Amino acid sequence: MAGEVQNAIIRVRDISVQFGSTKVLDGLNLDVKRGEILGFVGPSGAGKSVLTRTIIGLVPKVSGRIEVFGIDLDAASSSERRAVERRWGILFQQGALFSSLTVRQNIQFPVREYLNVTQRLLDEITFAKLGMVGLRPEVADRFPSELSGGMIKRVALARALALDPELVFLDEPTSGLDPIGAGDFDELVRTLQRTLGLTVFMVTHDLDSLYTACDRIAVLGNGKIIAAGSMADMQASQHPWLRAYFHGKRARAVMG
Amino acid sequence: MNVDPTLERMARGNGLALCATGTWTARFAGELEQMVSDAERLRGSRPNISIDVSQVSRLDTFGAWLIERLRRSLTQGEAEPRIAGLSADYSSLVDEVRRVKAMPAADTATVTITGMLEQVGRTMAGIGGTIVGLIDMLGGVLAASARVMTHPRSLRLTSTVHHLEQVCWRAVPIVVLITFLIGCIISQQGIFHFRKFGADIFVVDMLGVLVLREIGVLLVAIMVAGRSGSAYTAELGSMKMREEIDALRTMGFDPIEVLILPRMLALIIALPILAFLGAMAALYGGGLVAWLYGGVEPEAFLLRLRDAISIDHFTVGIIKAPVMAAVIGIVACVEGLAVQGSAESLGQHTTSSVVKGIFFVIVMDGVFAIFFASIGM
Repeated sequence: MAGEVQNAIIRVRDISVQFGSTKVLDGLNLDVKRGEILGFVGPSGAGKSVLTRTIIGLVPKVSGRIEVFGIDLDAASSSERRAVERRWGILFQQGALFSSLTVRQNIQFPVREYLNVTQRLLDEITFAKLGMVGLRPEVADRFPSELSGGMIKRVALARALALDPELVFLDEPTSGLDPIGAGDFDELVRTLQRTLGLTVFMVTHDLDSLYTACDRIAVLGNGKIIAAGSMADMQASQHPWLRAYFHGKRARAVMG
Repeated sequence: MNVDPTLERMARGNGLALCATGTWTARFAGELEQMVSDAERLRGSRPNISIDVSQVSRLDTFGAWLIERLRRSLTQGEAEPRIAGLSADYSSLVDEVRRVKAMPAADTATVTITGMLEQVGRTMAGIGGTIVGLIDMLGGVLAASARVMTHPRSLRLTSTVHHLEQVCWRAVPIVVLITFLIGCIISQQGIFHFRKFGADIFVVDMLGVLVLREIGVLLVAIMVAGRSGSAYTAELGSMKMREEIDALRTMGFDPIEVLILPRMLALIIALPILAFLGAMAALYGGGLVAWLYGGVEPEAFLLRLRDAISIDHFTVGIIKAPVMAAVIGIVACVEGLAVQGSAESLGQHTTSSVVKGIFFVIVMDGVFAIFFASIGM
């Protein structure tokens, strides 16, 4: 991992996470720069989701230090933490929509909690967000159990974006989408990053997403970041897993 | 970095410019909405209105939408207000919200007489549906047990034993404790009131009959409905939500045979055992209180118990137990399979599993009371 990165929105230092006696993350360092889209890859089971969940505070760490927006999350008071949480949005792998609320209520839930706005504006913003993630207004009154997998992802993204966060965590956003839908999704993330100045932390296995959407790629292996840099750096790397990943049959197909 | 947003009115040429400044983001959504609503009243007051956003330092979806809303409400016929000074960074965001169409309002349910009547009708039809569902499940379980009887190897023994541990072995401490306490209370109350007539010793008759015939089994059945019936509904319901039951079906397994039969079997074995243990604990508790509080010596208690109680009382109690277990199990499984996609539905069906389970247990108890009375047991 390269040294200090200026203007880092997420700064992870030396964190270790352990489940029982298995060390999942072992002294990991990572910086995410403001305004970039960081693609985060690694073998299945390497701990990509664990790192995401550690940063957002769902998994306790054994040691290390995590700063988000320059605030040390361990030292932060509960009101500071809430302020940080209001500034990030999270798209969980399975969507994690509230099953007893409609799509409309799901998207409005965080807005209603944090902002004092009228129902009219809430509805208008909901439809704007639905439009942004490429859903028709008719889905607004459906329940999550009545949606397809791709629609759930989109609604979950709309909910993650409901408060116009500065930072979004996307956990495998394009898995389970058809290639056209996945391409649209990448384009959407790009557009949002440009228009809203969003920083995106994206765990993904989708080579297309890595090529088209990501500014920088970080690779997780053996509990550490084994490489971080641009796509060109990744392709030039001699690390065996990286070579297999970026020069494999599927990668060649994507690169044409 | 965050500057309070403003929307100022300035005369410009022959028209009016609305100059937006500051941070137009979600953080200030409340204030922004207020300012925009005020500005919307300018509609029609002047022919030439433009919106100047060159001084806006930050813009997000909320701000962009409110500017778009302002533009829409100030539009008169073909004369659409111009948005000036939009930086290249934000123009795509404004274009994005421009595509938002007028939206359907949320459905609001109004309470009407017909609506209420309809609800009553649906509830009544639902009761019929419940009974049909129970009979359907009973049939399914009987058919599955017939299949298992002809092919005994297809019985899921491991699963049955696992559920037996859950509903029987692990329930013993709480069942014994509660029935022990109930025995103590019955005995104490009996002695307290019977003493007025000098009939202390008849507390043994009352305790024996009540515990062995009714309280023992009924109380244990109610506890099992709350403890294991709810667990069955929640287990099956969450499996239904995650499509695990559909997965079983597509692999050629019958969910009734794989999931429900072992659970039913475990419950039918467990309830008589628990009812027996419960009855013993209640008699023990009652005897203890009779001795310590009523001064009835243990020998006298046992002698009296032997005279007062025939084996019929015990048989009546134990015969009821497996039937009640079957009722609890069937209700729990029907409710489990009726769970829909949401967490709320899981909660509703778990509640109704316990409520209906207890209701049917008490109804069954009444039916049994009539039956045993008429055959003279």
